[in-house]
Amino acid sequence: MNWRSVRAVFGHEMARFFRTVWQSLASPVLSTVLYFVVFGAAIGGRIQAVEGVAYGAFIVPGLMMLTVLQQSVANASFGIYFPKFSGTIYEILVAPTGWVEVMLGYVGAAAAKAIMIALVILATSFWFTGIHIAHPFWMLAFLLLTALAFSLLGFIIGLWAKNFEQLQIVPMMVITPLVFLGGAFYSASMLPPFWEAVAKLNPVLYLISGFRWSFFGFADVPVGLSLAAVGLMILVCLAVIRWIFLTGWRLRE
Amino acid sequence: MRPIIEIEHLSKRYGSGTPALNDVSLSIDEGEILALLGPNGAGKTTLISIVCGLVVPSGGTVRVGGHDIRKDWRAARKLIGLVPQEVALEPFEPVIDCVRFTRGLYGEPPDDAYIEQLLRSLALWDKRDAKTRELSGGMKRRVLIAKALSHRPKVLFLDEPTAGVDVTLRREMWQVVRELRAQGVTIILTTHYLEEAEDMADRIGVINRGEILLVKPKDELMGEFGKKHLTISLHQPLAALPPELAGRGLVLSPDGRELGYDYDSRAERTGIAHLLAEMAGLGLSVRDVSTKQSSLEEIFISLVEEETA
Repeated sequence: MNWRSVRAVFGHEMARFFRTVWQSLASPVLSTVLYFVVFGAAIGGRIQAVEGVAYGAFIVPGLMMLTVLQQSVANASFGIYFPKFSGTIYEILVAPTGWVEVMLGYVGAAAAKAIMIALVILATSFWFTGIHIAHPFWMLAFLLLTALAFSLLGFIIGLWAKNFEQLQIVPMMVITPLVFLGGAFYSASMLPPFWEAVAKLNPVLYLISGFRWSFFGFADVPVGLSLAAVGLMILVCLAVIRWIFLTGWRLRE
Repeated sequence: MRPIIEIEHLSKRYGSGTPALNDVSLSIDEGEILALLGPNGAGKTTLISIVCGLVVPSGGTVRVGGHDIRKDWRAARKLIGLVPQEVALEPFEPVIDCVRFTRGLYGEPPDDAYIEQLLRSLALWDKRDAKTRELSGGMKRRVLIAKALSHRPKVLFLDEPTAGVDVTLRREMWQVVRELRAQGVTIILTTHYLEEAEDMADRIGVINRGEILLVKPKDELMGEFGKKHLTISLHQPLAALPPELAGRGLVLSPDGRELGYDYDSRAERTGIAHLLAEMAGLGLSVRDVSTKQSSLEEIFISLVEEETA
């Protein structure tokens, strides 16, 4: 294991983030503020409390998850796609650096950026609503695992993409709908039984549910199942990334 | 000299089935400069890409410093630096960060003193904080060299390093290469500028259609394949070639003041002494005699054309 190369890639990616730190932070924070204003203040005042939690507070975990998922995928996919686009990927491929080191550097940086933004959003939410975090350790654990899982997915998208259109299409057409339909703004128990069953086919629901449990102590699905879902996703993504690097698919063609 | 790169029976077929390399074997000694010449699509870049780990070979073996590039790839790659054909740099990154990044990627600890020395030697120290997109084309190429040398490799691959570079800068690059060679770095250079190979290389390899046609010391190659051209300047111009000299391959210049004669420098009898004696017998007074060796370009073209035919 070449830890110096992990640090080099991680530092390189974080430097890119800090070069445009205000731009990186301002956009997601502004979006979240708008969600709070629209869903929390304007509409939330007309919606009754969910499981005893005010609607404004109820949507905080969902908003954080929405940001973590979008940012993890966007950061990781762009992080590895840009060297492919600019041609600098050659130095990653000729260096004495294995797929594990490359992946840890890019995915670690993408997850770190997503978590930082999520924590800024959490801090912002205190301005709008009162929140008590029931299980802070599990909140951080879910945040970390989810950021890792979706950064791994983003890394795969970046390796797969051949152009900027492909880079955008999966986050836009798959991930955003799954997050909105995964209970970011509602509990699955609020749905009619048929749609509740359909919603439970959405893997993102398990992540949001587990994360919400860490805040409020109640969940749509058992917490163990949420952990298993995120763990399974991490394992599947790792297997795919390993296969891509060992075969050289879309990298050494 | 012991070999630092050993290539045996290397082959590469791409998905389309087109053979890019066919049973290539080559040994490169430590500390030498090998120039690899070949027309576009000959297989030069494929060969370099396989040794560096960018392309997976279809067959054969490559060892760098005794390490197999597939089984012991980490040790092999640590010895290699690559300057690619295309200028590929992160546009918004400062020069010094670019170089530090590559060093870290190779698992080397930070060494700012060495990075400073490297950037100074490439005349980039004053530009260390400039973003790479702000640099001229020549400076960008030098940044690529700095990156390739950031981990002190023993072998440096330069894939068409002076393509599209102006004459002044090209000569600066050659100076850099000579200095590296003086430091003991083995250099493998692909180029379209035959003047470059002629000027710098110890050995020259010619590759065409995925096969190595020959690898020879430059001087040997020039001697073996080089034809010489003799120019005889006359005191008095001739209206026509005297019939006694016809059939010798002599060419009279339009102004009648020079006779040209091609001969094989390797031949035991070049016929020059006999020719000069015969001219003296005909009363032709010689003002000056000069010879010119065939350039590497002419040798290269004749080799490739011979193989293609």
